[in-house]
Amino acid sequence: MPLKTVYKAQIENLQVLDENGVFDEKLAPEGKPERLADDQALEAYKFMIVCRHLDEVAFKLQRSGRMGTYPQNKGQEAAALGVALAARKGEDFFCPCYRENAALWWHGLPMHYILLHWMGDERGNQIPEGVRMTPLSIPIGTQMLHATGIAWAYKIRKEPRVAITFFGDGATSEGDFHEAMNFASTLQVPCVFICQNNHWAISVPREIQMNSETVAQKAIAYGMPTIQVDGNDLFAVYKAAREAIERARAGGGPSFIEAVTYRLGDHTTADDARRYRDPNEVEAWIGKDPMIRLRKYLSARGLWDDARQAEHEEKAKVIVSEVVKTAEGIEKPTTDDIFDHTFAGPLPVELERQKATMRTSSLGQEPEQAGLSGEARRM
Amino acid sequence: MPRSDMMIEKGLTLVDAINEALAQEMEHDQRVILLGEDVGLNGGVFRVTDGLQKRFGVDRVVDTPLAESGIMGTAIGLAMAGMRPIPEIQFEGFLGPAYDQLTNHAARYRTRSRGAITIPLTVRVPVGGGIHAPELHSDSPEAIYAHTPGLKVVMPSTPYDAKGLLIASIRDPDPVIFFEPKRVYRSFREHIPEEEYTIPIGQAKVVSEGTDLTVVTWGASVFECLAALDRMPEDVSVELIDLRTIYPFDADAVVESVRKTGRCVVVHEAPKTAGMGAEISSIIQEHCFLHLKSPVQRVAGFDTVMPYYKLELDYLPDATRIAESIQQTLAY
Ligand SMILES: Cc1ncc(C[n+]2csc(CCOP(=O)(O)OP(=O)(O)O)c2C)c(N)n1
Ligand SMILES: [Mg+2]
Repeated sequence: MPLKTVYKAQIENLQVLDENGVFDEKLAPEGKPERLADDQALEAYKFMIVCRHLDEVAFKLQRSGRMGTYPQNKGQEAAALGVALAARKGEDFFCPCYRENAALWWHGLPMHYILLHWMGDERGNQIPEGVRMTPLSIPIGTQMLHATGIAWAYKIRKEPRVAITFFGDGATSEGDFHEAMNFASTLQVPCVFICQNNHWAISVPREIQMNSETVAQKAIAYGMPTIQVDGNDLFAVYKAAREAIERARAGGGPSFIEAVTYRLGDHTTADDARRYRDPNEVEAWIGKDPMIRLRKYLSARGLWDDARQAEHEEKAKVIVSEVVKTAEGIEKPTTDDIFDHTFAGPLPVELERQKATMRTSSLGQEPEQAGLSGEARRM
Repeated sequence: MPRSDMMIEKGLTLVDAINEALAQEMEHDQRVILLGEDVGLNGGVFRVTDGLQKRFGVDRVVDTPLAESGIMGTAIGLAMAGMRPIPEIQFEGFLGPAYDQLTNHAARYRTRSRGAITIPLTVRVPVGGGIHAPELHSDSPEAIYAHTPGLKVVMPSTPYDAKGLLIASIRDPDPVIFFEPKRVYRSFREHIPEEEYTIPIGQAKVVSEGTDLTVVTWGASVFECLAALDRMPEDVSVELIDLRTIYPFDADAVVESVRKTGRCVVVHEAPKTAGMGAEISSIIQEHCFLHLKSPVQRVAGFDTVMPYYKLELDYLPDATRIAESIQQTLAY
């Protein structure tokens, strides 16, 4: 009997605005909903200026000892913001990792929260009421399962909402990633998986991370609609994300988007990418910076010029210095903060003792046993 | 690989000592391979494996995909097949995905196959707080693994001990989890022998001898304890024991010391409840009851999630808390 082909697959790549600022009108015709309107594109670009500036300032804060380790987002703003623009504010939900600050800020996370987090303060994770996202996720590849569960709840309750999760190329090696994809697709929940393929997972390049030609094709194994997009092209990301999000909202199940982008900075401030990365590669990607092409696009449409650029760079400086001031103005929490959020309701007796005495030593907790100062009373 | 001028002159850091031990074991035992995230070209995020891929090649120092279960599970397979794998988990907070493989397979294989299959691997894991790191980069989970029958748990605090214990771990026929206290990685240098040597797993070290009270600790806390001892009045004589191996720990050394001193304070970074301090106190009351002049005290992390770094120094047992506990115990 002849062999039969039982399955065939292919991966498409979407690019609307190329690195030279050339726009493919056929892919995103003027006036159509899959095309960002001029005012949206303009707002996005202005927002990117602020995000980029804050990112540079955060780097400097770490270098001058005013902040701990920080992972720069530089170069990946379009991938984050393209998705953010396609999602509904106050309705859809984000489960991020740490390289999509722009999306979180766009959806209402106060900017200083991200700084607070990296300044070693959990209050940067205390997401304000009405802002729909989980805090930054440190264990790689874990948060996609949460997005799947959140989307599952929406499906059960028939809410027209979508959960959106961001993660890196490296994260797709973790078992949890595959479990999330399989759950989402077998349960057909409204979840959108956004992989920011920035080519590196710390020092490990994509070719060592995986033997598949694309990340997008991993979704095929789970029977999920999937596409590769130019992640530095705001229009491509927006178009693909909008389609995936609206499909999910309409009950069409989960989708996968591989946004091909590049980590222009080191992995974090604790890393030195010169140890493992060819400077020519970085140089080439600087030319593909998402902001350069967007600026060209806006300029060509008469919406932008050097004067406006200068004006908005100045504005960004003011905004960012306020953000830094706010973050740095927040006093170190009291030691109660170590204990108070461990459980709902009263603390277990032993924990209450530890909190009251700041001791774990049993003698220190029993003033009658040893001549202790009055402040360390037994509770 | 000859030592650098710096090493010859000033001695080796903990990082240098581990690197040297790995290189020497790889040199004479072709079965030894390293695997983990960023261990190759980048030499590890702490540079512990720096230069080893260049020297031994990409087949023996392997940058793996980002998957701890994969790292641990394949290391188990490598070990079964006669290799001596040394997987690295980048931080103790990322042992999570490896937990199933480590506890349900590595730790149990000898027993469940009644000795037919054994797992000689050494998993290296940076551990502990105090370095201003992000979330899940500062925990102390040693008790979890000490409570896993079939695993040996080692945590050296000095370059000398690290080299000798790592070589002993690699040569050990069973799985060893080798915790490297990251706060000590580069905190001081020490002159140590260039040739290979081993320190037996399960042997504690008396750091300073004394007669009035015993302090038992391990890892980076050794140095907080030393700082606390510096604050003791002249006439107080404290014996400091660095456990070095968490499981199987050197109960004889602890018991012998406490029978002499009659008082004991156990110090660790990990949360107090069900920490190793509980086990050590229990051993002491079982074996030293009639010698005790005071209850055994524990100075430990709180029973909370390890706070982010703004509060980490309030969480970690420091010289002040340790010194106070010593004095209360002495005054009891
Ligand atoms: C479970 C887990 N393992 C290891 C790490 C250490 N680590 C932090 S980021 C990172 C690489 C992540 O790469 P990728 O998913 O591509 O995201 P990117 O940093 O490139 O945005 C690693 C290995 C971690 N945080 N969590
Ligand atoms: Mg990446």
